[in-house]
Parts: sequence; structure tokens; C-alpha cells
Amino acid sequence: MIEIKNLQKSFGQHHVIKGIDLTIDKGEVLCLIGGSGSGKSTMLQCINGLHSIDDGKVLVDEIDVFDKATDLNKLREKIGIVFQQYNAFPHLSAIENVALSPRVVKGMKRKDTLDLAAKHLEHVGLGDKLNHYPSQLSGGQQQRLAIARALAMEPEYMLFDEVTSALDPELVGEVLDTMRMLKDEGMTMIIVTHEIPFAREASDRVAFFDQGKICEIGDARQVINDPRELRTRQFLERVLH
Amino acid sequence: MSAYSGLSWSDLLFLLDGAGKTILLTALATLFGTVLGIALGWLRDSSRLVGWIVAPYVDVTRSVPLIIQFVLFNSFIAIAGYPLNPLWSGTIVLSSYMGVFTSEVVQAGLQAVRPELRRAGRSLGMGYWTEMRYVTAPLALRVVFPSWIGLVIGLTKDSALVGVIGYIELLRASQILINRTNEAILILLGAGLFYFIICYPISRYSQTLERKLKQ
Amino acid sequence: MFGYSFHWRTVWQEIPQLAEGAIVTLQIAVFSMLIGITLAVLLAVARRNEGSIASRLASVWIEVARNTPCLLQIYLAYFGLGALGINISSYAAVLGAIAFNNAGYLAEILRGGFNSISQTQYAAAHSLGMNSFRVYSYVVLPQVFRVTFRPIMNQSMWALLNTSLGMVIGLKELTGATQFAQSRSFRTFEFFLVAAAMYYVIAKIILGLAALVQWRFLKGGR
Ligand SMILES: Nc1ncnc2c1ncn2[C@@H]1O[C@H](COP(=O)(O)OP(=O)(O)O)[C@@H](O)[C@H]1O
Ligand SMILES: [Mg+2]
Repeated sequence: MIEIKNLQKSFGQHHVIKGIDLTIDKGEVLCLIGGSGSGKSTMLQCINGLHSIDDGKVLVDEIDVFDKATDLNKLREKIGIVFQQYNAFPHLSAIENVALSPRVVKGMKRKDTLDLAAKHLEHVGLGDKLNHYPSQLSGGQQQRLAIARALAMEPEYMLFDEVTSALDPELVGEVLDTMRMLKDEGMTMIIVTHEIPFAREASDRVAFFDQGKICEIGDARQVINDPRELRTRQFLERVLH
Repeated sequence: MSAYSGLSWSDLLFLLDGAGKTILLTALATLFGTVLGIALGWLRDSSRLVGWIVAPYVDVTRSVPLIIQFVLFNSFIAIAGYPLNPLWSGTIVLSSYMGVFTSEVVQAGLQAVRPELRRAGRSLGMGYWTEMRYVTAPLALRVVFPSWIGLVIGLTKDSALVGVIGYIELLRASQILINRTNEAILILLGAGLFYFIICYPISRYSQTLERKLKQ
Repeated sequence: MFGYSFHWRTVWQEIPQLAEGAIVTLQIAVFSMLIGITLAVLLAVARRNEGSIASRLASVWIEVARNTPCLLQIYLAYFGLGALGINISSYAAVLGAIAFNNAGYLAEILRGGFNSISQTQYAAAHSLGMNSFRVYSYVVLPQVFRVTFRPIMNQSMWALLNTSLGMVIGLKELTGATQFAQSRSFRTFEFFLVAAAMYYVIAKIILGLAALVQWRFLKGGR
């Protein structure tokens, strides 16, 4: 379970997250929607401690992310994250990208990590690209590579930050399909996305972010088909038309 | 400078004389080397044949220690029966060295000017030299100038090697005094400061310039 | 030519001595590069933390190394330390000074390499559970070395050429050994011509090995 309590975060003078309370249960899929600059990425990166926070608490399976005694690296093994920008390691082939952290973080044997990596790459449909370098992969393939790389750490939570936003339209589908597959396997996920139909059909709940706050949160169909808040309605009208 | 430093006024003058010689040598080699380098770079850029002919000269100059180039040149002219004083043999070798490196940056600068642009100039009815004067040269200069400044800094430091053929520039003068006075640290720090005060501001300037020109 | 007869046989007899010098030259070039790269990584990393004491010290090191003659750095290591009562061999002085010099230039080269790596690479690596040391060793540095491979190899050429300064403080590297060998026959020109050829060959071998390394290990990726 991920619990966020009264989260506050500023970059210098700029107050970006203004008190967020949110709980995500095991097995749940939550989609975050909202305008650009509303703080979605920042909140996501607070969950695995990539940003510091100013106030509030983030608990992952009851472990306080911002407690000094918490081993962040250990915690991050539990939480996979995939970003909008492609960030495969360019000097490593696909299989080496995936095998790297199981080997250097978990101390697994090289041979075992290669088997593990091949398994996860096959799982996301890159079984025929094991020895390709990132520069030889399309954007969609690079994002699936990033997903496989995160999955190889066998995380309990997966965070996705607009993973399809940088893709050519024809490549979006393959990445969305991969996330659907993870949902069917029961993965707990928080997905920041602008793909509204995907959010409606693939998630349990949807939260609408506005200016550093959660403006509306609820059942996916309800929030998207029949939003209660005016701002949610306005946002949906803008992005759907 | 008094008794306790172990250095006398005449020692200081000796060092100053060395510093003057460092500057003289650097200035001469900068002048001749730059002229040689521009000519060579232009020739290499405009004629493949010249490029081929001078390639071994360039390659050898870059792959053999400068110190050896000094000794070889000096003994060669002695053999040939035309010994020169150390200032002139130093100037010749350093100019040749500077010329080779300058020709490389000049060539790179000329190549950085896109051929379309050069053709555009010509198609406007400019003659070769007019086009060179008003289009290619000014554009190439932006690429060449920061690197050329880097070369001058290198030359200032490399002039210290002319000591091996008996030209008493600053570092050779320092070494002579070190043997005589046992004030190694003071002398070397002083000499180091001299080079640093010349090179550091110029290198900062060239970095700023490079950043500005990149925008 | 010029009524001077060249005596190559004299040089031929001294070839073993020159070869010994060449080995010293090669040793110093290689060791000074290895030490230089290690120090340069530390300097470049220290410099990233702007304003800190470590960063300022690193800047001083880099600027002094780049803006004073390498020969002066050798003198400082040899005569300067000697005056402080620390007497080191000419070998150690030359190796130390050239390593110091290399570190300054290499740190500047690496800085460019670090700047070329996007922040998202760090975020991605950290989020996979790597600590900073692992992020640098497995993700950042391998990329930095790939982007900067050519300038680093270029610096190793300078390291090779700089070893010749050892002659000035009596080290018998290739130039020093040549100087010593010719002092008995005064066939200066012949001896130094052979030494020049040897430097040329060593330089080409280093470049050849570099090309091999690049082709074999640094393919793919960038
Ligand atoms: N590292 C940072 N430094 C300063 N400001 C930042 C930083 N990251 C994000 N911001 C600012 O915080 C606000 C929220 O950004 P972000 O969380 O990326 O929004 P979203 O993902 O919803 O588009 C934006 O105004 C952005 O400019
Ligand atoms: Mg974002």
C-alpha cells in the first residue's frame, strides 16, 4: 500500500504540490490526469524519493520514504518507474540494460541475470531484440525496454510518467498494451497519462490534478464520463476535442 | 630580495632577462608560425595534392617530441655548416611546430564553412579572392580564433624547451639559478606564476569567446 | 652530403640502450595516463559540486596543470620537493608530474563528457535501486569514457611526448638514453634521428591499439 499524507513540495519560491492525500491499495491501478505543470511528475518522483519534500509523509508498505533511517536504494527495488523521456542506457544492449541492476544491486549471478532479462524482454515483446542497442530501437520499443528493465527488479509497484507522450502516434498502442497486460497480471500501478480513453478503460480510479492539488478522484468511469467538478469537466473537454 | 632568500638583485635581473627572452621567442614564433600555418592550411584545403605532400611533415611534427625536433634541427644545421644562434634555431623550430598546428585549425575552419555558402558567394559574381575575403575567411575565423589562442598558450609553455639548445629563457635561467642558490621553491613558484599570469587570462578569454561564438 | 659522413653503425651498437629507454618511456606514458585518468575522474566529480572546497581545489589543480609548462611541473616535483627535503628519483618526479599534468587536461575533457549525459540517466539508474557509486561506475562513467575516447587518446599522445622532458633531469627514458648514448661519439644527429623514428613508431602503435579498443569494446550505443 502507498499512502501519501498532506504532501507539500516547493522548488525554491515555487509551490508545486499543495497538500496531497492519496492512498493506493495493493493491486489497484490509478491514473493521474491533469494539465501540464500541475505537479503530477513531481508527486510521482516523491514516491520513490527522487525528490525531497517539504512537509507531509509518504509511506510505502508502511516504510517512511523520507525517514533518514530508510534505505532508499532498498526501497526503490520495490518501486519501478518509467519516464516520459527515453532513458535506456545507450552504452548497453537491450539485454544488458535489463540485466544490469539485478546483477549490481541484487548481486545475482551474471548468467541468471541474462536469463531473467531475456524472460522480461520476451514478456514485453522484445524477444527478438535482445542484442540491439537503444539507438537501434524505435521509441515504443525503447519504452517497452524501460518497462522490462524496471520489471526485472521484481517491483511491487510500477509508476508510469507519461510514457507515451514522446511517441509517434502509431507507436502508442504497443506501450498501452504492455501496461494493460501488467494490469491483468495484478500489478499495482500509478499511471500519469494523457490517453483519456485508456485511463477510463484500464484503471480502477482516476485522479484529476489541478495546480498542485487533487481536484477530483473517484471511479474511472465516473470521473471521465460524468465529472463532478467544473475544472475536471473543462480539462476533459479541452483534451478530448 | 635580501640575504635570507639567498637571491641577489643580479639573480633577479637574470630571471627577468629570461622572462623577456621567453616573450621574445614566443612572439617571433607566433608571428612566423601563424603566417606559415595560414598559408599551409589554405594550401591543404584547396589542393589535395599539397595535402598529400605535406601530410608526412605534419604527421612527424605531431608525433615526435619537440625537444628532439630542437636537437635534430640544431645538429642538422651544424652538419650543414650553417650554425645559427639559439634564438634563431629556436624560432625556426617553434615556428614550424606552430605552423603545423595552426594549419590544422585553419583547415578545420575552412572546412566548417559550408560549400553551399561558398558557392553562393561565387554565384553572386564574386571572384575567388572576393568570396574568400568577404564570406569564407570571416566565417572560418570564428572557428579558428579560439583554437588559435589555445595554440599561442601552448607555444608560450613550449618555449621553455628551447633551453635544451642553450637559449637561456625563463625556465633555463631558473634551473641555472636553482643549481647556484638552493632557492628552488621560490624560483620555481616565481617562474610558474609568470607563465600562469600570461596563460590563464588568455585561456579564460578564449573559453568565453568560444562559448559566445557557439551561440 | 655537406662533407659529413653519417655513422649509423655507432647508433646500431647502442640500440639496446635506446630500447631500454623506450621501455621507460612507454612505462611512464602508460602509468601517467592510468593515474591521470583516475585523478581526473575525482577532479571532475569534485568540480560538479560547485562552490565546495573540493571543487575549488580541483579548479586550482586543473588551471595550474594547464597553464604552466609541463617541464616546470617536473622541476617542481624534482627540485622543489628536493628543497623540502623530500628527495624522489627522477623517474618518480617525471611520472608524478606528467600524471599531475594529464589529470588537469583529462578532468577538463571529462567535464565535457559529464555535461553530455542527461539528468534522466541518473534518475533512471537511481530508481533501479543503484547507489551513487554504482550509478557512476555502471551508467555514467562508461558513457563518459565513450564520448571522450578520442580526446583521451589524444592526451595519451601528449603524455608520450612529454616523457621526453625526463632527459632534462637526467632520466634515461628514450630521449635521455639517446642523449647519454650520443655523448660518447657525438653523433648527435644520427642518434636523435633514430630516437625520433622510435617515438614515431610508438605513437603509431598506441593509436593502433586505441583503434582496436574502440572497435572491439566501444561499439554500439553512442
Ligand atoms: N527540478 C525542478 N526544479 C524547478 N522546478 C521544477 C522542477 N521540476 C518541476 N518543476 C516545476 O514544478 C511544476 C510541476 O511540474 P511537474 O511535476 O513536472 O508537472 P506535470 O508533470 O504535472 O506536468 C512545474 O511548474 C515545473 O516547472
Ligand atoms: Mg510531467
